[in-house]
Amino acid sequence: MAADNLPTEFDVVILGTGLAESVIAAACSRVGQRVLHIDKRNYYAGNWASFTFNGLLAWIEEYKQEQQRDVDSDDSWREKLEEGEEPLLLGTVDTSVSNLQIFCYASEEPEEEEEVATPVATPTPESAATSTEERLAQGHAAATEEIDAESEAPPTVDTQSEATPTEGRGARSQATPTEETEAQSQATPTEETEAQSQATPINETEAQSQATPLESQTHVEPEQQVQREEPEGDQSTSNEGDSAQSEEPIPPSPVETKKKKITYSKILKEGRRFNIDLVSKLLYSRGSLVNLLIKSNVSRYAEFKNVSRILTYRNGKVEQVPCSRADVFGSKQLTVVEKRMLMKFLTFCSDYEQHPEEYLDFSERSFWEFLQTKKLTENLQHFVLHSIAMVTPGARTAEGLRATQHFLRCLGRYGNTPFLFPLYGMGEIPQCFCRMCAVFGGIYCLRHSVQCLVLDKESGRCKAVIDTCGQRISCSHFVVEEGYLREEQRKNVTYRQISRAVLITDRSLLPSESEQQISLVTVPPQETGGPAVQVIELCSSSMTCMPGTYMVHLTCPSSGTAQEDLAPLVSRLFAEPPSAEEEGEVDGEKPVLLWALYFNMRDSSGVDRSSYSLPSNVYPCTGPDPALGSDNAIALAEAVFQQLLPDEEFCPPAPNPEDIVYDGEGPQGEGAGFGEPVQPDRGTDRVMRYSVVWTEKRPFWI
Amino acid sequence: MHGRVKLKSTAQQEEEKKKEREKKLKVYKAARDACFSKRKEGTMDVEALQLTQQLLSSNPDFATLWNYRREILLHQETVRAEEEVQKVYEEELSFLEGCLKVNPKSYGSWHHRGWVSSRIPGPTGAESWACATAAWRWTTETELQFTDRLIGSNFSNYSSWHYRSTLLPLLHPQAHERDPPSPSTHSHSVCEEQLLKEYELVQNAFFTDPNDQSAWFYYRWLLGRAEREEMISCVYVSREGERLIVAFSRPVNALSVGLLLVVDGQPLNVDWRSAHPRFRHSPVWICELPPGTISDSSNEHNLTVHWTQRHIHRDCALYTGRSESWCRDSATDQELFRSDLSVEKTSVLQSELQSCTQLLELEPQNKWCVLTIVLLMRALDPLGYERETLAHFETLKDVDSMRSSYYSDLCSKFMIENTILKMEYAEVRVFSLSGKKLTTLCHLDQLLLVTHINISSNQLQTLPPQFAMLQCLEVLEADDNVIESLYGLYHLPRLEEVSLKNNQISRISDLKPLTTCPKLTRLDLRGNPVTQTANLQSELAQLLPSVTDLLL
Repeated sequence: MAADNLPTEFDVVILGTGLAESVIAAACSRVGQRVLHIDKRNYYAGNWASFTFNGLLAWIEEYKQEQQRDVDSDDSWREKLEEGEEPLLLGTVDTSVSNLQIFCYASEEPEEEEEVATPVATPTPESAATSTEERLAQGHAAATEEIDAESEAPPTVDTQSEATPTEGRGARSQATPTEETEAQSQATPTEETEAQSQATPINETEAQSQATPLESQTHVEPEQQVQREEPEGDQSTSNEGDSAQSEEPIPPSPVETKKKKITYSKILKEGRRFNIDLVSKLLYSRGSLVNLLIKSNVSRYAEFKNVSRILTYRNGKVEQVPCSRADVFGSKQLTVVEKRMLMKFLTFCSDYEQHPEEYLDFSERSFWEFLQTKKLTENLQHFVLHSIAMVTPGARTAEGLRATQHFLRCLGRYGNTPFLFPLYGMGEIPQCFCRMCAVFGGIYCLRHSVQCLVLDKESGRCKAVIDTCGQRISCSHFVVEEGYLREEQRKNVTYRQISRAVLITDRSLLPSESEQQISLVTVPPQETGGPAVQVIELCSSSMTCMPGTYMVHLTCPSSGTAQEDLAPLVSRLFAEPPSAEEEGEVDGEKPVLLWALYFNMRDSSGVDRSSYSLPSNVYPCTGPDPALGSDNAIALAEAVFQQLLPDEEFCPPAPNPEDIVYDGEGPQGEGAGFGEPVQPDRGTDRVMRYSVVWTEKRPFWI
Repeated sequence: MHGRVKLKSTAQQEEEKKKEREKKLKVYKAARDACFSKRKEGTMDVEALQLTQQLLSSNPDFATLWNYRREILLHQETVRAEEEVQKVYEEELSFLEGCLKVNPKSYGSWHHRGWVSSRIPGPTGAESWACATAAWRWTTETELQFTDRLIGSNFSNYSSWHYRSTLLPLLHPQAHERDPPSPSTHSHSVCEEQLLKEYELVQNAFFTDPNDQSAWFYYRWLLGRAEREEMISCVYVSREGERLIVAFSRPVNALSVGLLLVVDGQPLNVDWRSAHPRFRHSPVWICELPPGTISDSSNEHNLTVHWTQRHIHRDCALYTGRSESWCRDSATDQELFRSDLSVEKTSVLQSELQSCTQLLELEPQNKWCVLTIVLLMRALDPLGYERETLAHFETLKDVDSMRSSYYSDLCSKFMIENTILKMEYAEVRVFSLSGKKLTTLCHLDQLLLVTHINISSNQLQTLPPQFAMLQCLEVLEADDNVIESLYGLYHLPRLEEVSLKNNQISRISDLKPLTTCPKLTRLDLRGNPVTQTANLQSELAQLLPSVTDLLL
């Protein structure tokens, strides 16, 4: 729907589509509130989003633009104000991401002939000059669209911003007839053929040229390459040497290694197979997010995979953590006595409240000290502290026991580890809630924001908002992602930072029989006082990376820039590809880096609502935190919902499609004015595809 | 109002669910009826196979259908070519794998799987022998890996452990067996190399969860249960009463095994009776020789007992001037009791004992672990470990009080075994078991030659019928027990003295078995409730006229 004919009255306006905001949207819509949910970006989920590779490049580009953007002073909102009202302006610049650094290790030369039939167009200034908007559109279309061949047609900006969340994957039928014709008429014949024949060489070249942002950037800003540690010469020469190297054809190596080398152009070409999370999280099987997904029936919109193993980094090696009974039984690295001691300790933790005599003496001391007294060998202490409890060495005994118990209770519900990972990335989850909101009549508009709030001078409450089209929309409540607020409103707020690294590698950190493993790697602080790093390694069947590669996410609370925090660990865990001369002489043990991205993200999770100076009916939502689970966001969403609608149930189960009554006319007719209220999914194969069978297994520890 | 979703009422939903269930039930019933009628008609076609498959995958506990399926498969074997049969059975295995994934502990599915793997064409036919053996081996190995997988994901599964125990002897038979392994040769022992691997596996299981019985049961199977060889362990002959007694290593029915007695080269027709009329199977059998056969002590006799079925025999020479004679195994302790466990390598047992002791340190309360330690100690050195064994039994009674009587009986058994071992070394016929907290008597067949037995100061409640095997017994001391009945004092031809002080004999009728012991002259009944009976003296004089020395 075009943004300029939105209804002018809503119960709740929500700005930002991160997890907390999306859950609030779904919860409000579910109990009958009229919800307008908007986001100034052209993709869902804000800082929780997942991108295709090309989408991520576009996001990076957007970030750079954001850095240089001037604050435009558009005063059009003034005329919408009435007597007795005053404005509260929102910010226009997103400063939540910083210190972004990219490193490309994969060979940037074109692929071998047989891979690409037509010669790959080298990046040209013209292609680089394609309007940002177009590139963004294409890139982000991929973010929300992807996968299904049928839906690969790049939608026009308009339809796309209205596409129902997660709808992109193949459900074209949801668009109203009028919109469809619109979309068709907008598309020029050429575009159409292009859209239909994505696989043709022409399009491939286009895909190549899409990559321009990055490539031009690596040339324009050579200082970002410094970290590649070219030992010889000054920067400019080293860079020249670099490009010279890449122009040389690879000398045909006598022994063709088992694996085909993955080049950068290959990654670009297969870019749609990537779903790269901005925040890297897992779902605790009995955590608040999973419980909410089940309770609300939102789970039917997503598919999950079990995290298949827990690894840890100890004494310079990556090893598997035996955490379930089956793991302990099958472990080859533990002696039988260690098995017994570990099982005994874990069994105790699973109902530690029943045995207060065991730990009460330690209530004032650290969990680590407590572990010392439990006859656990050194490696078992490591496993429990860093990989099972996942607490800092200074954590109190009670905290450690609670964390261990939570871990154990999550075991065995869906498999041998306590965690689930959503297929296609964590960015799916906010979209699932948006979809639920839309199913119950919530209206969505992307690339749309709010310029200012209209406050009633007398009560100080927010009466309405004025959107970026200058339209005044009245509302009783306004929920906003914290990042949209201006400096004035968050004067008293101090933020922490999250350090993130996103890596594409060529093999697993711990190769095993199966290549398809999703692993959580816990890395304890490498120096005392430093942060523990969470590493999540995803395989291609998690639908987050192309076959033959692994997607590795590193996360820790920042002490410096992401690169300062994480690069030392990255170099310990991974190898850089050899230069052309020393071909094949890589450290055979370590996975080879193909591509890496570092950035910092603001961690506003600890901020209390009272730190913001806002009207009482405006609810700020903090962004992602560095924790492994999403409990903070869910707790926040529930708390906000309870303030908004204290008498309503939070996310009651949505009815099953087969329980919904359809009677031809009626509701559908009425709703036509605001665009079709999204048809409840009536047993379409989409629903079938996304529904998860939530089998309750016998709790493992009983 | 826009965007509101209309819902069916709960009643409507219930109704629909009910209909859904009814529909499913109808389909199921129809298929079941079709199956039954097909079976009635004797149809053994592929369609029936499919029908049963449908039904069984939704309900694997339908034993009749599994049976029908086996009938069909057996029929298919006769009408199809061998390769096809192989294929059919392979499909069967993958079908079963599906069933077991849904319901990993279904007995029906496991049984059928075992049956199928035994039916898979084995080594038959000279020309394709090697090929078939390879195929058979491959299937069996796949089956073993299948149990590996199931045990790996959750080892609390008796069925998969048990299935393993049926596969291992086939795949890794003990080396000395010359026959090629095949499903038909049922060997129960496993080669040592594989055995060690299994010990490791099962140790991992019981160290991981020592309270899980399934692993301990499998462990017990691995340690084995030796079956003693059947043989004649002793032949005893006495001039007095002209009796001959034969003891076997295991209870047999002498009337049906074809016993033949040859005296001085002449086969003799005799009537065999067991030590007590209650036993149809007994390790001890007695016969009276025709009067005059061996009564003259100036003659020397050679007696031979032939066990014709087994082609074994035992000789016994009765020399001039001797009133009795016997011939028996110079039985060492090894053969007598140690063979409870079949593992022969002491080093293996020793290391098993070590790991169990290690586990016990961590889990002092674990009964499975303690019991296994006791068994291992028995197998290694029953006398040397006697003190530890007794202590472990105390622990067992403590931690598993529900079974304390079982442990007492088991402990009694071991104590008696130990005493017998000591007696064997000493070559004596006087036997004392006093003060050993015995609750039961066993191994009495080993005491055939004992003349004096002291079982005082125990917790015995009865002298069981087996006691009648002590055919040479002259003096019985059984003071300070809680004996109520004397069934076992039956036809003991040489019994002269019985002391039953401080027991629980309360009725005169309880003494009735003693009437069958002709030589009984001294009986001590002091401290028994029966002494309160009026006219006891006269009643006893009537009941037991031979008793001259009666203490009341």
